[in-house]
Amino acid sequence: MNVTIANNSTVPLYQQIEDQVKAAILKEELRAGDPLPSIRQFANDLQVSVLTIRRVYSDLEAEGFVVSQAGLGTFVAESNLDLLLDAKRRAVEKKMVDLIKVAKSVKVTKKELLEMMQILYEEER
Amino acid sequence: MDRLGVVFDEGYLYDSLSMHEMTELVSGAYMHWDQATYEDLMKRFDLVEQQRIAGLSKGMRMKYALTLALSHHAELLIMDEPTSGLDPLVRKEVIEMLSQFLGDGGKGVFYSTHITSDLDKFADVLVFIHKGRIVFAKDKDKLLDTHYVVKGNPADLTPELRDLFVNLQVNDFGFKGLTRDVRRVKAAIPTAVFERANIESIMLAYV
Repeated sequence: MNVTIANNSTVPLYQQIEDQVKAAILKEELRAGDPLPSIRQFANDLQVSVLTIRRVYSDLEAEGFVVSQAGLGTFVAESNLDLLLDAKRRAVEKKMVDLIKVAKSVKVTKKELLEMMQILYEEER
Repeated sequence: MDRLGVVFDEGYLYDSLSMHEMTELVSGAYMHWDQATYEDLMKRFDLVEQQRIAGLSKGMRMKYALTLALSHHAELLIMDEPTSGLDPLVRKEVIEMLSQFLGDGGKGVFYSTHITSDLDKFADVLVFIHKGRIVFAKDKDKLLDTHYVVKGNPADLTPELRDLFVNLQVNDFGFKGLTRDVRRVKAAIPTAVFERANIESIMLAYV
């Protein structure tokens, strides 16, 4: 799993880390049952405070991505496929909203957008 | 007292003794002296027990003092400027040792320092004291996530925005300041330049 902290970003550290861990889980780089690094190890490697990692693990657990077992550590949660799919769908929707914003700003019409989508979708095999 | 390990800046180590003799003196005071850990740490820090304390460099004294503090199953380490006067390589070793000591919980390290670059990498919570008052006590990452250096066009600075800055300099070419609330500033002037600050610049801005 690759987690890189961008120093020039205004996105808070905990958010950057959460997003990247979630992405790794959604991309299935991390599978159900895989252990996540220990809090101290992760904090040291990323040079962030343990409080931040604790928050990351706590948030991810609340969202169903990981489970923590006292004394054993934190692990990727059993695939709740619906949950994962939902998260993936929401990611697609978010990209669509951004896409629509850009399209509108350069005066691409809905019709043109749908045509472009049609062509590109077929190409992306 | 057993659960507390202390390391001070200035020697409470007896110069005329060898480390071995000093250790004999000290180890008896603790219920849970751990000889194995002691020997391991001495080895890791490259310290030769027979050497006289007077002949040790500052860095070596510190490593020895730390070794003593870590060899009796202490749960809380209290230290006064443990890395001052040490070169960056030694500082790194000390910090890594402390990090290992903390492990996954149940232990604490409380230390005073003015070497803020150590804190950038290592601290969890920071308490900044100036002239006897606590200026702030915060989760380090929260501090670094909220306090950014902002540079931009002074014309964009409304009075409400100015209030969000800890310090602010305006000249003919623009403004530069440290804000305590980067989210609100970014929402108001997204085109300004935002840079993460380090602990030293945050401290200086508050003083």
